[in-house]
Amino acid sequence: MQTTLYFVRRYPLGAIGAAIMAIFVLTALFAGTIAPFDPTATDASASLARPGGVHLLGADFMGRDVFSRIVHGARISLAVGLCATALGCLIGVAIGLASGYLGGSFDLLVQRLIDILQSLPLLVMALVMAASLGPSLTNTIVAIAIPLVPNVARIIRSNTLALREMPFVEAARAVGMGEVRVALVHVLPNTLAPLIVLATAQVGSAILVESALSFLGLGIPEPHPSWGRMLSESAAEYVRTAPWLVIYPGLAISLVVFGTNLLGDAVRDALDPRLRR
Amino acid sequence: MSGYLIRRFFLMLVTLFGISVVIFVMLRLVPGNITDIIFDSAGFVNPKQKQRIERELGLDQPIVTQYARWIGGLARGDLGYAYVSEKPAIREIAPRIPVTARLAGLALVFSTLFGVTLGVLSAVRQDTALDYVLRVVSLSGLSLPSFWLGLLILMACVQWFGWIPIYRSTPESFWKELGLLAIPAAAVGFRSSALVMRLTRSSMLEVLRQDYVRTARAKGASERSVNYRHALANALLPVVTIVGIEAAFLIGGLIVTETVFNIPGVARFLVEAIRWRDYPIVQNLVMFIALVVVLVNFIVDMLYVALDPRIKFGN
Amino acid sequence: MSAPMPAPMLAVEGLQTRFYTRAGTVKAVDGVSFTLGRGETLAIVGESGCGKSVTALSLMRLVADPPGRIVAGSVRLEGTELLALDEAAMRRVRGKLISMIFQEPMTSLNPVMTIGRQIGESLVLHEGLSRNAALGRAVELLQLVGIPEPAQRAREYPHQLSGGMRQRAMIAMALACRPRVLIADEPTSALDVTIQAQILELIGRLQRSLGTAMIMITHDLGVVAEIAERVIVMYAGRKVEEAPVGELFARPLHPYTRGLMNSIPRGAARLQEIPGIVPALSNLPPGCAFAPRCPQASPKCTSKEIPYEEKRPGHWAACLYA
Repeated sequence: MQTTLYFVRRYPLGAIGAAIMAIFVLTALFAGTIAPFDPTATDASASLARPGGVHLLGADFMGRDVFSRIVHGARISLAVGLCATALGCLIGVAIGLASGYLGGSFDLLVQRLIDILQSLPLLVMALVMAASLGPSLTNTIVAIAIPLVPNVARIIRSNTLALREMPFVEAARAVGMGEVRVALVHVLPNTLAPLIVLATAQVGSAILVESALSFLGLGIPEPHPSWGRMLSESAAEYVRTAPWLVIYPGLAISLVVFGTNLLGDAVRDALDPRLRR
Repeated sequence: MSGYLIRRFFLMLVTLFGISVVIFVMLRLVPGNITDIIFDSAGFVNPKQKQRIERELGLDQPIVTQYARWIGGLARGDLGYAYVSEKPAIREIAPRIPVTARLAGLALVFSTLFGVTLGVLSAVRQDTALDYVLRVVSLSGLSLPSFWLGLLILMACVQWFGWIPIYRSTPESFWKELGLLAIPAAAVGFRSSALVMRLTRSSMLEVLRQDYVRTARAKGASERSVNYRHALANALLPVVTIVGIEAAFLIGGLIVTETVFNIPGVARFLVEAIRWRDYPIVQNLVMFIALVVVLVNFIVDMLYVALDPRIKFGN
Repeated sequence: MSAPMPAPMLAVEGLQTRFYTRAGTVKAVDGVSFTLGRGETLAIVGESGCGKSVTALSLMRLVADPPGRIVAGSVRLEGTELLALDEAAMRRVRGKLISMIFQEPMTSLNPVMTIGRQIGESLVLHEGLSRNAALGRAVELLQLVGIPEPAQRAREYPHQLSGGMRQRAMIAMALACRPRVLIADEPTSALDVTIQAQILELIGRLQRSLGTAMIMITHDLGVVAEIAERVIVMYAGRKVEEAPVGELFARPLHPYTRGLMNSIPRGAARLQEIPGIVPALSNLPPGCAFAPRCPQASPKCTSKEIPYEEKRPGHWAACLYA
């Protein structure tokens, strides 16, 4: 309790971000209980119902309740965002660590690959991957995770390079510790701080990319509700007649990403060695 | 110096080559090609016809040969033929480029102008109310999906002006076109300007901490001179690199914004081509995008070298 | 107070500068007073963290606010109270009447501005010279400080000069408007030993020829012996001893001063260190701040304020046993 209050006072914006994230995570976990309707249930009589009353945030063309779809969409978007980030970071750390640690021609090759992959914008790579893999939940996760790898690998690699020369690593070697053990036990834990900062920043990007993919029709397929796809189905046609179809899903996306950004900034400030006492 | 230039240029070529391989491989990760789609939608599969089409399109060749043919064609300026329209790819792509270029240029100008100005302002007035407001605004700018922003702007146009900025064919006058493009450019540029603002702010803050700023004050220079003559010149150097990062950032925004505003540009075409698995178009377009990004970064590097006296007159 | 002289150039009285940090309030300068005569060279000596640099910055009102602030005292330059001036008026003083040389010439010079322009800036600011005229004077100044090919150098950037030359350029910059007072904050600490002597000699020579009074801030007693006329020893934000240079070296009164002198390597004699560390300035004990490390300390030293008194003619110290 004490420590929580301390963090709230010291990083008020970060606390707000954490609160926002907590709300969304809880919504995602208890989607079934919170949502009044089945997100995929159509109801022709409620088509394009205005917000208010039974349909809290209105209903879409097929009569599906917007609020329920947003609540269930939280589950999907967060799951995809978090899984993609986790996967991307896992692969990125493995590659970055190996590359920075082993050096030599392997490192050179990896460096070239990272440069190449970073020349392509995130969305473009994700688009191509999503298109070539085909629409499915897992494929979307992979399609978002892979473009995240180069950035993670690059940062972890440069960290590893710096850490490799540190005295305590040499000391570990001098005691006869095997290289793999040194890498895992000594080097890896010290890359954790920048990794955490990086990961929190990437979650926001992952969620935005997923929503863009779904908006373009190449992301999360039916029947899973996705905020991005909710926006594409309602695009220019309903802008005049049913603005609630446009406002609420987008608001949800923005809020979640805003929360991760706030949290990410606070985490970065907290872990920045220069600002630490 | 020129050695550095040559090396960078060579590196650029190698990178482009690597990108072409990666793109080619990425598109063919999953077995199946456009003939499958054609026949899937038709409902039945006629193996003989399928084979014939495959041979026509050169899809029966080994992968490496297909790649070699593409790269060879690129070098000659022959981009192959689009699967869907069966016209030469270049005739599909080329006319769409100018619109996107104009949109991108406008967005870049918008975001750099706003981003740098507000970033400097925010740094110079650090920790004041203005600073916090700007930081929150920029953070929300980074959190908004750009297509949603586009939709909202569209909605605003419709609600308040009763008019949708529709871009049909090339408008009559240059200024009319600019006017039509200004709104989507704002949508694209908003996110970029948020990024530029944040990066400029931190760069400026870093510079203001330096010793030479203290020296300038010790000479009796005014705050304005210190901020804009001494600090800004140093802070702008990393900003030049930021523009390079922006370029890649911008392209993602272009893709969705062109879709939202129905602009017949190259970015929207990419999405259409992807939906159709029109590989020749997709390959070439992605290659083109990569080329633009790599070129922009190259130019930015050269600019940086030209601007930073520590590198220009290095020892 | 110093021996009777014509009205002092600079009169500092009870200067107090504090830093308000999360860890507490730091009394970096805690009631420092001294005078500086016309053309005189005063050295302020002490270890890192004793407040000597902050004193210098306070005189120029360059202390970053927040977190620092001058909370009390008076700084009179030729009779004008500097602490009462508004910012615009103070800016006219900086660089023109008082200037400062900093320790690190590499980071203290703007990397993207030519040397000539940086030197000329004070001339443009304070003497209203045109850019070209200022550049011309800058070249003259570069010659004055002993930089070969000054016209060429004026067009170059800081990173193209060696450390010693950069410091010379800094000196040229500081003396451009012929200030009354020059503050040198550890000007030689970042330089090679061989260059140090050259720079010191240059500073001394220029100072004498221009008649500028100088405050030399240093931790190096060798520099003090070389260049100072009068010395102030500071510890934990306060003065502990003050005397003409010869007198100080011949008869150091305060145990801290004696400790400093003993830690100068002298031939084969064993180095004697001062045990302990400098106390945290946010939490000073009452009485003498040096008492915890002092070989002569007694309970009396920590029970009350130690008076700063003239123990010998012109020689002041804050010690009960001096």
